[in-house]
Amino acid sequence: MEAEKRSRGLLKVDVDECKGCGLCVEACPPHVISMSEKLNHYGYRTATYVGEGCTACGICFMVCPEPGAITVLKAVYRASDEPGRSLRAEAKEVACASN
Amino acid sequence: MSSGLIAEYEVVQGKAKSFYDTYERKDELQHQTHYCPGCGHGTIHKMLARAIDELGIQDRTILVSPVGCSVFAYYYFDVGNVQAAHGRAPAVATALKRSRRDSIVVSYQGDGDLSAIGSAEILHAANRGENITVIFVNNAIYSMTGGQFAPTTLLGQKSTTTPLGRSAQHEGYPLHVSELLATLEAPVYIERVALGDNKQIAQAAKAIKRAMENQVKGLGFSLIEVLSPCPTVWKMQPVQAQQWVHDVMEKTFPLGVFKDRTKEAHVWPARDAAPPLETIPEILGVAHEELPEGKAEMRAQVKDVDLHVRVAGFGGQGVLLLGEVLAEAGLDAGLEVSWLPSYGPEMRSGTSNCHVRLSKEPIDSPLVTVPNVLVAMNEPSLRKFDASVKPGGWVIYNGDAFPEDCVREDVHVLALPFTQVANELGDTRAANMVMLGALLEMTGALPQESVDAALKRLVKNPRFVELDERALARGRELYRNSAVR
Ligand SMILES: Cc1ncc(C[n+]2csc(CCOP(=O)(O)OP(=O)(O)O)c2C)c(N)n1
Ligand code: SF4
Repeated sequence: MEAEKRSRGLLKVDVDECKGCGLCVEACPPHVISMSEKLNHYGYRTATYVGEGCTACGICFMVCPEPGAITVLKAVYRASDEPGRSLRAEAKEVACASN
Repeated sequence: MSSGLIAEYEVVQGKAKSFYDTYERKDELQHQTHYCPGCGHGTIHKMLARAIDELGIQDRTILVSPVGCSVFAYYYFDVGNVQAAHGRAPAVATALKRSRRDSIVVSYQGDGDLSAIGSAEILHAANRGENITVIFVNNAIYSMTGGQFAPTTLLGQKSTTTPLGRSAQHEGYPLHVSELLATLEAPVYIERVALGDNKQIAQAAKAIKRAMENQVKGLGFSLIEVLSPCPTVWKMQPVQAQQWVHDVMEKTFPLGVFKDRTKEAHVWPARDAAPPLETIPEILGVAHEELPEGKAEMRAQVKDVDLHVRVAGFGGQGVLLLGEVLAEAGLDAGLEVSWLPSYGPEMRSGTSNCHVRLSKEPIDSPLVTVPNVLVAMNEPSLRKFDASVKPGGWVIYNGDAFPEDCVREDVHVLALPFTQVANELGDTRAANMVMLGALLEMTGALPQESVDAALKRLVKNPRFVELDERALARGRELYRNSAVR
């Protein structure tokens, strides 16, 4: 995906911590969280970021009862005349680390 | 600005610093809290941790955790922690605040804890205007113990102790703690919030931070009541439970600020520090009494029957029933007995164990910390209690291979695959009775008639009585045929 088109926010879910209560799925305003088909180590389906559309509003984090199951990240923009290639690569890495 | 390129992502919402990275409560599950999926306790913990982070008070915060599902809060919060007896958290918090005047003290309590058994403590702490913060988690029920009715249970709400629903006639009306405490002069801030939807949750976070801030400023007593879902005991899905908070609970417990004296509150000078501990006997005029010298150590008299039994295993293995049958049989035989179950606080899975004593003499304590017989129904239980067995005592272990590193020279061991034996008898659940049979045979403590009588009293289904009789007999036989003495 082109960096310019990527979403304002990014969601990371710790699948070892998520218990699959589904509150974040319900709470997310742009509806970009779904439940995994796969079960985690403990037998829970876990919250999954659909991959785009996160606005970094942080509401899912707030309603989630687990201390660190969800981390919300926000994009930092730089002027278009500063492509910042290496940083862009980093952003891509973060995106891949989220599921 | 979005016309620019996305250079990187930075964390805007993540785990609060005031939580530990991992929770050392158990070997497993170090990533997760012990709360059920969708439980409001976790959400409230996060709000509190966030407030502590934002106010920069992690180093001086002391959290008093209650009895109830949140008993383990100290495993999660990387702050000072004290766990109080049921309902007593406000009294403990008072002592902490007064003896450590710089500390920020939080009394975290459930509705059973605060509004039932602890109703006196909260009332007086509020009335004294202690400069503490109380987080009152109202889920309208006693959750940890499985759903008995609480003073806050709604009219018509079913619980294990109000199976037809709470009625005003029999159980009175739901107790409105916030409204009640707001009639007192001393409290500076009392608000009721809820976890019923996104907006309410945001407001709850704000209120909790405010209540913490009041204490930092030295204003006095603040209490935030949080209407909080308990999906497990309410028997609802998490989302449905959240809705129930919003649609139903809130009708009985309206949200809002019931008292706000923060503007006009008088900042009292800190209370005098408590006198040093060493000076207390003097202040009280209690002279130190010398212990009589050379007092010989009391030796327990050897009795015909003096069993100190610890039975341990996973929930569902019949640990408690094994102990109960033994104790009941002892009672039938005219002995002094005690039976003390002990289960983990989690609602799901977990281990269980019980203490059983049988003696001709009156029993001093039902606790069995040094068993002379250990019945270990699985390996973790063996590992947990093996070292505690009295030299010369017995270990009855369910498993074919006795773990090498648990071997002790000074105890007798009967290790057999009892579950498999029970399976051969027709039901793995009878493993507990096979083990009890072995125990009875080796100790020779009780007549068989007493055991039969106990079994009939405790096991209602005749089919199981028959199975258990066979299991007991098989256990006796296994012991007789074994080489160990
Ligand atoms: C003195 C004493 N009495 C009773 C109990 C048993 N007990 C454990 S938790 C609990 C109820 C807790 O309910 P609540 O405060 O509503 O907390 P929740 O579990 O709902 O979070 C009771 C009665 C106890 N541990 N100590
Ligand atoms: S029983 Fe209820 S209050 Fe207790 S942890 Fe589970 S959901 Fe939470």
